[in-house]
Amino acid sequence: MSCSRMEQKILAYVDGRLKESERLDVEKHLAGCGACKLRVHEFRAVNSLLDELPRIEPSEAFDLRVHALVAAEPVKRSWSSWAVLSPRVAFAAAMLLLATVWIGTRPVNNPVIAEQDLPVVENADYDVISSFAPLSDLSQAPDDDDAGDPTNVPATM
Amino acid sequence: MLDVKAGDEQSFTLLLQRYRSPLVNFLYRMVRSREQAEDLAQEVFLRVYRAREEYVPSAKFTTWLFRIATNLALNSVRDNRYQRMEISLDAPLNPDAEDGDEKTLDVPEKNPNIEQHLVDEARKKMIRHAIDKLPEKQRAAVLLHKYQELDYGEISKILQCSESALKSLLFRAYETLRVELAPLVARQGQLPG
Repeated sequence: MSCSRMEQKILAYVDGRLKESERLDVEKHLAGCGACKLRVHEFRAVNSLLDELPRIEPSEAFDLRVHALVAAEPVKRSWSSWAVLSPRVAFAAAMLLLATVWIGTRPVNNPVIAEQDLPVVENADYDVISSFAPLSDLSQAPDDDDAGDPTNVPATM
Repeated sequence: MLDVKAGDEQSFTLLLQRYRSPLVNFLYRMVRSREQAEDLAQEVFLRVYRAREEYVPSAKFTTWLFRIATNLALNSVRDNRYQRMEISLDAPLNPDAEDGDEKTLDVPEKNPNIEQHLVDEARKKMIRHAIDKLPEKQRAAVLLHKYQELDYGEISKILQCSESALKSLLFRAYETLRVELAPLVARQGQLPG
């Protein structure tokens, strides 16, 4: 193993994180390389020095502040959560949907009248029209011939 | 985290209790301000809470948690550096301004020998400054490796680099620390024959 390859292994060796075969390779190199041996020793010393830094504890109000931040978060609600929260809303929505579907799909009862089935007024027999009862009740203009007839009184005065 | 995703508020409290201290310590060592570290840690937990519904356990929870924390810390360090550049035009920054946080934890009664206490304080200050001088990505790598004891795979995912790149990053960081802390390293003991 070369010194440059040791760069990738040395810290893991100091930490004891190497596999057995890798560790043996490193130790074989260290046995013949004073510079790398010194580096290993000094890295161990650095590691030990880093242990001397004290830890700090979060302040007592830390948890309270986190909980307050979380509590202030807006509640996100999905559509399905509305159904869970309010069965009445869900029931009303379902009924509305059913009603819409029912109205949209029911058959129309108005008969379709084909154009050719319509009666043609122009071809109607005059006698049929004149015998139509409401028309016969209408007043008629007096004829000159009927002027002397006292029984011929207009229907409306 | 899956319980939190399912809406179990109690599980979120347990998550908070378990990870608040490692997170605050990691962030404190990154940004060097207790107040800012706590603010950032709160932001991390808030983001975890917000993302709970989308959470997919594709990686370890700690990897995901520290990835959020590292990104926030790196952004904060960069913002602070920019602010310091602006402030330094008017007033020099006291490099020991944040040291009081840790000093308060060292109870003088535990160090009857005041001289030894001062030596220890100077030693800690030197170590802290050596870590502070590391480029931020190297610093994050060292902190995650040394104090969180995460494996190389996890750290490389957090820092979004390959394992090989991470090992080189850590090697360079330890080389820098070895040089910066040379007086202390030499006192740690002679090389065994």
